Amino acid sequence: MAEFRQLSGWGRTAPTSALVLRPPSVEQVAAAIAAAGPRGLLARGAGRSYGDAAQNAGGVVLDLAAFDAVTEIGTDGSVTCGAGVLLDTLLHRIVPAGWFLPVTPGTRQVTVGGAVAADVHGKNHHRDGSLGRYITRLELIDGLGNQHTLRPGDELFTATVGGMGLTGVITSVTLRLLRIGSARVAVDTWRTRDLDETMTRLIECDATQRYSVAWIDCLSGSPRLGRGVVTAGDHLPGDARDRGRSVAAHLPRPSVPGGLPRLVGRSTVAAFNAAVHRRAPLHATQVPTGIDAFFYPLDVVAHWNRVYGPAGFVQYQFATPDAAAVPALLRALQDAQVPVYLAVLKRFGPPGDGQLSFPIAGWTLALDIPAGFPGLGAALDAADHRVAESGGRVYLAKDARIRPQLVPAMYPQFAKWQMVRAAADPNGVFCSDLARRVHL
Amino acid sequence: MIDALGAPQSMLVLGATSDIAAATVTRLAGTHRLERVVLAARSEDALAAEADRVRASGVSEVVPVRFEARDPDSVGSAVAQAFDGGDIDVVLVAFGVLPDQRRALADPPAAIDTMQVNYVGAAAACLHAAAALRHQGHGALVVLSSVAAERPRRSNFVYGSAKAGLDALATGLGDELRAAGVTVLVVRPGFVYTTMTRGMRAAPFPSTAADVAEAVARGLRGPSRTIWVPGELRPVMSVLRHLPRAVFRRLGR
Repeated sequence: MAEFRQLSGWGRTAPTSALVLRPPSVEQVAAAIAAAGPRGLLARGAGRSYGDAAQNAGGVVLDLAAFDAVTEIGTDGSVTCGAGVLLDTLLHRIVPAGWFLPVTPGTRQVTVGGAVAADVHGKNHHRDGSLGRYITRLELIDGLGNQHTLRPGDELFTATVGGMGLTGVITSVTLRLLRIGSARVAVDTWRTRDLDETMTRLIECDATQRYSVAWIDCLSGSPRLGRGVVTAGDHLPGDARDRGRSVAAHLPRPSVPGGLPRLVGRSTVAAFNAAVHRRAPLHATQVPTGIDAFFYPLDVVAHWNRVYGPAGFVQYQFATPDAAAVPALLRALQDAQVPVYLAVLKRFGPPGDGQLSFPIAGWTLALDIPAGFPGLGAALDAADHRVAESGGRVYLAKDARIRPQLVPAMYPQFAKWQMVRAAADPNGVFCSDLARRVHL
Repeated sequence: MIDALGAPQSMLVLGATSDIAAATVTRLAGTHRLERVVLAARSEDALAAEADRVRASGVSEVVPVRFEARDPDSVGSAVAQAFDGGDIDVVLVAFGVLPDQRRALADPPAAIDTMQVNYVGAAAACLHAAAALRHQGHGALVVLSSVAAERPRRSNFVYGSAKAGLDALATGLGDELRAAGVTVLVVRPGFVYTTMTRGMRAAPFPSTAADVAEAVARGLRGPSRTIWVPGELRPVMSVLRHLPRAVFRRLGR
């Protein structure tokens, strides 16, 4: 089964090669850790990190697809899953039974283990925090092959939640689900004229709504820069009948074929953005919307990352406590003519316990940018400094290019995390391309 | 690691005192990601000067290594020494000599020496680097070929024959190493204004060492694996390659 394979992140930049193993059991994971050579070992989920977080050049990469068990759901909503379970699989199990993920990222195509390693957040972060808050137990195999059962408050637990898979191999996760009445969300929509209005609207929504997010258009010039569409909502109460229907079945999804050149450019995206903006209602309230359409709009097309062509793309996501940093940064990127094809703005609530966990109270902005744009490196370096100066940070699960010197400044608990990690992995077995690149 | 935008953190430069090599290191140091650069060259004094220059450009660890391109073992140990110190993201094979064609034809040992350096030495560098890069599972091998490799002219076919061999080897290695996560960039400049070409009459579509450096930096971002400098030479050479010999012979003085 073992084979060297070229692996890259969702952005399809900087591919490297690793020996991919599919251990069938905890014992086999421990054996792989013991046998790992000097280039180390890393668990990889579904490969949805945008950069190089789930690659380990020249070393071993574990695919935990065999860790696919899902237990019965307890009356309190507790469920235990193998680390290799896709959120997609889990949703098909839990939604018909009247439960939902307490926190979900924008795609269902990630594994539970990967979601913990990145401590993912969702549209409800302003109110409910990140995934780590709902994890009651983790099974982790450390660098010596020892198995740990971790609970919130344990030092190794806080290092592992958001720890980018570098504290060990997560094999099993127990989390508390959210009770829902129906699988539909009542969605309010606002079309906004500029960034100011977008941000104001988000603040207003967050006071009353469980979920909120803004799509913004970064290709229209100022004064319209940051115009967008704000959507907010909460689960509808309802009867059990529509729960089964509303998570799309495993239908064959349309897929972008491989091997194509870049399919989108600044003008096509600008026209698309303008159309999206124009089509959005000025204001609509309580529109019943399916889970797929509200939480996972991009999952409708498989391999959508291929529209960026062989050069790939980067997603630049930062969080900042300083609201003024958002317009400053967007304007700076626009001045540098950086083509931002997709931008998502959202507010964060208080941070969780994860030492390297990304969210901090304030704002987060995620920008999709074609990697081939000349001058992008310098523009994003300048953005990094602005983010760091504002007390913010970039998201390691998305990063593909930050300067290593900035990471300790952005993550104040970095040194502490390194100590916990060194204790759990004294021989330095766990390694990733991200870890090599930014010296984690 | 080479990041998503093609900026490396470590480099081995073989032929570090050449103008194109120096320009490339300068260009890549400008991304503020370079941390370790191993500079390999023959002349100790020129090497020391180049090491000082690279340190001044902000690279924290600069390691000078002496090697002799005419000795494949010396090439191999320079590569080994670089990789012993940690991962190498980019290996730049930039050494070579450009003989006066007429003298080389009149003096076979001089022609053979050109092949020894430009083909055997450079091929040894590529093969040693390829093995090391394959082992580490990532990285890029950047090989300075020439448009003369594509279709040598009457005035440069001794040089061109060695570059043609090197070009073929590097192109093949690129296909071979793709699955291993390793990129091979084959760079085909036309006439470049450098110390090596000083006093020569410039051919059409000339470029500078900085142009070549810029093309290499762009190439590291992908996805192209064969790079002409300037880019216009690609269609030009595509036409020239198919010209009848009787016609090309008259052009190629």
